[in-house]
Amino acid sequence: MAEGTLSPVEERARASVERAPLVAPGRTRGWISDYVSSIVEAKTPRWWWVAISITGTLLLVLIACTTYLVATGVGVWGNNHPVGWAWDITNFVFWIGIGHAGTLISAILFLTRQKWRTSINRAAEAMTLFAVICAAIYPTMHVGRVWMSWFLIPVPNANGIWQNFRSPLMWDAFAVLTYFLVSVLFWYTGLIPDLATLRDRATTKVRKFFYGILALGWRGGNRQWRHYEMAYLLLAGLSTPLVLSVHSVVSFDFAASVIPGWHTTIFPPYFVAGAIFGGFAMVLTILIPARAVYRPLGDLITVSHIDKMCKVLLFTGSIVGYAYLMEMFMAWYSGNPFERATFWYRATGPYWWAYALMILCNVAVPQLLWFRFFRTHVIWVFVIAMFANVGMWFERFVIVATSLTRDFLPSSWGMFHPTWVDIAMFAGTFGLFGTLFLLFIRFLPMICMFEVKAVLPSANPDSGGKL
Amino acid sequence: MANFFPKWTNQLPWKVVICLGVLTLSIAAAVTYYFTPKFTRVGYQPTQPVPFSHALHVDQLGMDCRTCHSFVEVASHSNVPSVQTCMSCHTQIKPDSPKLAPVRAAWNGGKMDGPPVNWVRIHRLPDYVYFNHAAHVNRGVSCYSCHGNVNTMEVVYQHEPQSMSWCLDCHRQPENALRPPSEVFNLNWKATSAHEQYQLGSRFKAEWGVNPPTDCGGCHR
Repeated sequence: MAEGTLSPVEERARASVERAPLVAPGRTRGWISDYVSSIVEAKTPRWWWVAISITGTLLLVLIACTTYLVATGVGVWGNNHPVGWAWDITNFVFWIGIGHAGTLISAILFLTRQKWRTSINRAAEAMTLFAVICAAIYPTMHVGRVWMSWFLIPVPNANGIWQNFRSPLMWDAFAVLTYFLVSVLFWYTGLIPDLATLRDRATTKVRKFFYGILALGWRGGNRQWRHYEMAYLLLAGLSTPLVLSVHSVVSFDFAASVIPGWHTTIFPPYFVAGAIFGGFAMVLTILIPARAVYRPLGDLITVSHIDKMCKVLLFTGSIVGYAYLMEMFMAWYSGNPFERATFWYRATGPYWWAYALMILCNVAVPQLLWFRFFRTHVIWVFVIAMFANVGMWFERFVIVATSLTRDFLPSSWGMFHPTWVDIAMFAGTFGLFGTLFLLFIRFLPMICMFEVKAVLPSANPDSGGKL
Repeated sequence: MANFFPKWTNQLPWKVVICLGVLTLSIAAAVTYYFTPKFTRVGYQPTQPVPFSHALHVDQLGMDCRTCHSFVEVASHSNVPSVQTCMSCHTQIKPDSPKLAPVRAAWNGGKMDGPPVNWVRIHRLPDYVYFNHAAHVNRGVSCYSCHGNVNTMEVVYQHEPQSMSWCLDCHRQPENALRPPSEVFNLNWKATSAHEQYQLGSRFKAEWGVNPPTDCGGCHR
């Protein structure tokens, strides 16, 4: 056989080990800057106005409900004895969980040199921040006297009292605030070079000023890049433990209590896996429509990217499924009658449908992702991600509500019924989330331009300058 | 790239940071000083409907606090005396004083059905604070600790901030306030030195088993 020609077997073998390019062939550095910036620079499209009027309306609903709640009291929620934690905590954990994918993608995948993160990390991190903001609303409102929520912060005060550091709720406040702070820093640091690009391309005075301020005088010199790389690496190192710690601490809210169904050691890893599962589902839920609206983005967020995210979804979904089984097994194996009763109740009691939905959405449906067909057809991916979103909400509901509806004493058994404020506020947080995300798409570069350029084939020193 | 910002803006971030720092500190200092009961409550001295002088009654005439505030040792609430208490002396002493007109009107010749004297309350705890006078005065906490030298006041004013941290100061270290039971109503009593106060207070604390609550439920039930 002549040099340079391959047998069909060899060709197939090579094709199967060669990785799909991270950027579709033919896209140059110039095109990346032009296209990603044009999303921000073009005239506001009509779909954006339609979308933001919907999310903005929902946001107004959230503001109205919150005002009503603060003015009236937390009694406007359905929380009541024995279910003192209900949709509020469910939604808190749901949103905080969603806020995990962003930092996982940007920090852990950065440290593990996963180059496919580059085109999705910016949007995922933004999503993280917005999800944490949505999450923070619930515990803040749940304290009842919202104007007293500054008591969570250890500052000297005229009452001469200090926080109860033995309470996991306190750790939770610190964990979430730390996570938010570091995520904001990480996100903003990564934005600076791209903001400078937008500043340099700006044609109007307002844009020059706006992006000029935000770019913090970035000129792209060697020194600046060296500082930038180090700062980004350090922040990645700082964020990595936070990805694991935040949801672990959230799980302590439950695990450190004595309620059957909550008091389990499996909670921290189980919650973290669930959070990454839910977070990736939400990343897919927002990136797939964004990719559909801005079609050329499909060349940066390729099917191969989506395929990889689906694998993460499958993996974490399976961990979650394992955790569900293990919870059941441990309940039986512990021999504790309360534990057994609680789990039996979860699966067969009046909330059986929530439990069944949780299993269906989080464990059964993601198994489709074993098939390449489902991983590479975005419509299917979107549908499966939606199932995961629903499933993760029901997982939190099952954990929070079912354990509380059946306490140790039959005299303190009861059911939970949401009020219209519960429902409207939950819908409202989606309005807040959507509004923030639409503003993000409109005013900030959705793709990390300079990092994507670095994974172009032509950025490889061995490419010989080929595109 | 063009320079959008003139050169003087190079210093702007630092200036902004410094100004914000100064502003934050000033706000914190102002809140600490002006927004706490040390400032907002101490010295509150409303005009009362009757110019009753504690200085005259207690200091000059030597009356005991309990003559008028008669339930202080047995009830959580220390009562403001009824007009009958006033009139038990003032039917004889200065019965026609114009200053006592509101008291006589309330007394109404012994029928006690006139318009009540609208004393203005000075020491006001939030309604979610359950303070018990009897528990304190029976365990060596003097009136003085919370009300100051009322015996020398012409018109009563608030002497102590009565903020939560002020309550806790004593609940955490009661030995600085406990005194011999015989001296609880003697507002002029003072230990000869801080050391003696500490010695005495520590002894009373141990002997009487004084263990003031510092958990929330102690005062907020």
